Amino acid sequence: MKAVEIKQAISDRKVKAEEVVCSCFDRISEVESKIKSFLYIAKEKAIEQAKEIDKKIASGRSIGKLAGIPVSIKDNICTEGMPTTCASRILTNFISPYNATVVDKILAEDGILLGKNNCDEFAMGSSTENSFFFPTTNPWDITRVPGGSSGGSASAVASGEVPLSLGTDTGGSIRQPASLCGIVGLKPTYGRVSRFGLVAFASSLDQIGPMGRCVEDIALLLEVIAGKDWRDSTSAPIKVDEYSKELSAIDPDSIKVALIKELLQEEGIEEGVKDVIYNSVKILSDLGFKIEEVSLPHLAYSLPVYYLISSAEASSNLARYDGVRYGERKEVKDGNVFDMYINTRTIGLGPEVKRRIMLGTFALSAGYYDAYYLKAQKVRTLIKQEFRKAFDKYQILLGAVSPTVAFKLGEKLDNPVQMYLSDICTLPASLAGIPALSLPVGLYNCLPVGLQIIGDYFCESLLLKVAYILEKEIGVFTPVFNEGK
Amino acid sequence: MRVNKIFTTTIGLEVHIELRTESKMFCNCPTAFGAEPNSNTCPVCLGLPGVLPVINKKAVEMLIKTAIALNCKIADYSKFDRKNYFYPDMPKNYQISQYDFPLAYSGFLEIEPEEGPKKRIGIIRIHLEEDTGKSIHTGDIDKSLYTLEDFNRAGIPLLEIVTAPDISSPGEAYLYLNDLKNIIQYLGVSDCKMEEGSLRCDANISVSIGGKQTPKIEVKNMNSFKAVEKALAYEESRLVSALENGEQIEQHTRGWLEKEEKTIFMRGKEFAHDYRYFPEPDLPPLVITKEEIEKIKKSIPELPYQRRERYIKDFGLSHYDTALLVENKELGDFLEQTLKFFNNPKKICNWLLGDISRILNKNNTSITQQLLTPANLAMMLNLIEEEVISGKMAKELIEEMVIKGTPVETLIKKQNLQQIKDEESLKKVITEVIKENPDSVNKILSGKTKVKGFLVGEIMKKTEGKANPQLVNKILDKTLGGL
Repeated sequence: MKAVEIKQAISDRKVKAEEVVCSCFDRISEVESKIKSFLYIAKEKAIEQAKEIDKKIASGRSIGKLAGIPVSIKDNICTEGMPTTCASRILTNFISPYNATVVDKILAEDGILLGKNNCDEFAMGSSTENSFFFPTTNPWDITRVPGGSSGGSASAVASGEVPLSLGTDTGGSIRQPASLCGIVGLKPTYGRVSRFGLVAFASSLDQIGPMGRCVEDIALLLEVIAGKDWRDSTSAPIKVDEYSKELSAIDPDSIKVALIKELLQEEGIEEGVKDVIYNSVKILSDLGFKIEEVSLPHLAYSLPVYYLISSAEASSNLARYDGVRYGERKEVKDGNVFDMYINTRTIGLGPEVKRRIMLGTFALSAGYYDAYYLKAQKVRTLIKQEFRKAFDKYQILLGAVSPTVAFKLGEKLDNPVQMYLSDICTLPASLAGIPALSLPVGLYNCLPVGLQIIGDYFCESLLLKVAYILEKEIGVFTPVFNEGK
Repeated sequence: MRVNKIFTTTIGLEVHIELRTESKMFCNCPTAFGAEPNSNTCPVCLGLPGVLPVINKKAVEMLIKTAIALNCKIADYSKFDRKNYFYPDMPKNYQISQYDFPLAYSGFLEIEPEEGPKKRIGIIRIHLEEDTGKSIHTGDIDKSLYTLEDFNRAGIPLLEIVTAPDISSPGEAYLYLNDLKNIIQYLGVSDCKMEEGSLRCDANISVSIGGKQTPKIEVKNMNSFKAVEKALAYEESRLVSALENGEQIEQHTRGWLEKEEKTIFMRGKEFAHDYRYFPEPDLPPLVITKEEIEKIKKSIPELPYQRRERYIKDFGLSHYDTALLVENKELGDFLEQTLKFFNNPKKICNWLLGDISRILNKNNTSITQQLLTPANLAMMLNLIEEEVISGKMAKELIEEMVIKGTPVETLIKKQNLQQIKDEESLKKVITEVIKENPDSVNKILSGKTKVKGFLVGEIMKKTEGKANPQLVNKILDKTLGGL
């Protein structure tokens, strides 16, 4: 069932929140041993919460927008009383003393916290294989990756373990796994959703967003989590629309759409993926959307720009994991505090995280700053300007999300650059800070393909409307669980 | 060490001042000094995963106040940056500071050396940053088995004020620090207690003789203004003799040892940190409007240099007294409040800097901590003026007035101290004294008028000091004249 249907059924008293939660746990016990999308399951707490909501409904009290809907949370978002490990060894024993703003908002609307989802360590990766604990698999084929870094969220939703999940997106970490798992994922405009309580990877790029099986569901979740938060100075004081209520209000004839050549015609993009996307573009065109093509040449620099900026910020953001105040400390016999730092971080952080910390530290070093970090920031500005110009003409831009369908576990693990290329189509919107959504629009080799729908700043409402009208034509994928070939 | 050749000294100071805001720079934790270790902390100032900073507007305001008082320009665009380095007292292992766009720049402070004209010390920049926590080692830092960390201080707003290399002697450095402290205290933005660490100072010094100049030496670990002066004087002569002896000096950092009164080598240039500054992505740039600056300007109280001028010009006080009153703002304020009831600044000043200061020092306290009110002091001065009591009597009353706050009238009544101004009863006493001291009387009559003082003393003794001296003299002269 869709989250919006669950909500309706619960408020109509056709089903109890407790039953909904229990059905999730039934599904989890059925598939979780193979999917491995959760790092922590809050079973007792979730059932307790569901009972409270049932009581609320029985007594006729008003209920929140998410009443009785189970939601899981990526493990780099702080949840009071549950572990928040970021899938890192260094935070294995860390329990946050506070809730992220988004978590508080979900609780305030009576959403039920089901548990914490696996991800790449500190959200660095595109396959969830960089988790310290274990890789998550793709429910379409468990020998394949779910994408990443929000792979746990994506596979939990796709397999029907949970109707909604919160992911985070720095360079594509919501959209790419959504595409690979055949679900809907939205990276909101930078500043649309509070980052307070999101464990920072790259502060100027990180954004929390909803992941669900259909557009209606993520519209509802976005409506709940969006908005200005005084605790996050980068959150925007811009009105939050009632996204879930205005999905049908669209007139395709009035909307100008463009395909971004650089996000569709690159040679790295699989032909089969291109075919599925062109097919969906045809559907849009049949619906009445005017579709053109546009070239944004500076997007070609997205990959180096992204890896310089995100790694530079990460090198500073991750400095706090030093074993002094929390997390796992590894002392050195007869060593001083600096020996302890080195040992703690050597043992506590995984290879991809270390690679990026080193890259970022180098990029910020005296004598290199101008050539790397500053140059990258300048090109980032050019990319923003290029998008700005495109939005003068078009309201919606389209492209692929992932250049390939889900790849095999282990396939790209030894080749970081190959892995980085998985995000080639999602990086530009991250660098520009604009909203982008991945909508499943078909299958290639029996694996899902997502279409990327990109909009102007704070135009989430339009993105969701376009996705919704297209989804009505294509349909919503039902939960899957294939043990593979 | 006495140096013969003429040398020039160049000094620049970097002062850190903890702002007296109610809450920390980027979170809501209280800033009170002396709380139980780690009690004034929260996820934000402890650098827990997922937290974000929020700028304390009060701290920004305080910086702007200070900047205006130091004649600085206020940046219309400013931003925060991260200064990255690992240290256990720094929760995030980076400090949020300001690098290339400080909030204020290009100002000056005028010092008044004892000899010579006023001198301008340029202020290069003032910026805002957060303080670190405090490490407590067991014994020596390199032998300590473990270190305790107190994060109460972590995140307290700090001003960093950097001077131009305009200071040319250790004495000028002292004057600068003292004047700066006065200004900051007048603004009420910090208490500037070096011993509590709310004001810290690092110094850079170099000397030159002829065309030869030493590299810049940084001196740290001074815990009082006097220590800064001493450390710089030590360093000055050390560098001068090194230059004279043709020694090779490398740029380096030295630490001041208070007990031994000397500086020692701390670290060389090669160990200078690469702080990898970059713009703080969690905070938007600061944009200060003209209106905000105007509003803050209006809230600035009278500053020490303005008060100094007024006390000398309007009150006719001496430079010396003025300096004391300006330095001790509380006494200055007390003087001004007393003036509302007793219009003679000079007399008030004498009492404040004389007996009252002596009593305060003896009891190791300050005027604001005591119960004496300006009205009570003014009443006493009025009573002296009206000759109800003598100055000498007042001196006996003032201690109880200061410590217990007892009104002067109550004390006078209680101790029956009212001056005897009744001529009849005074005449009686005077006649008695004359009778009892024929020798002295004879001496006076034979021209040794100095002996009169003795008789006056005897009269005062008999009246327990309560006789009005003027009246006593008058009657005594009259009586002696009639003999």
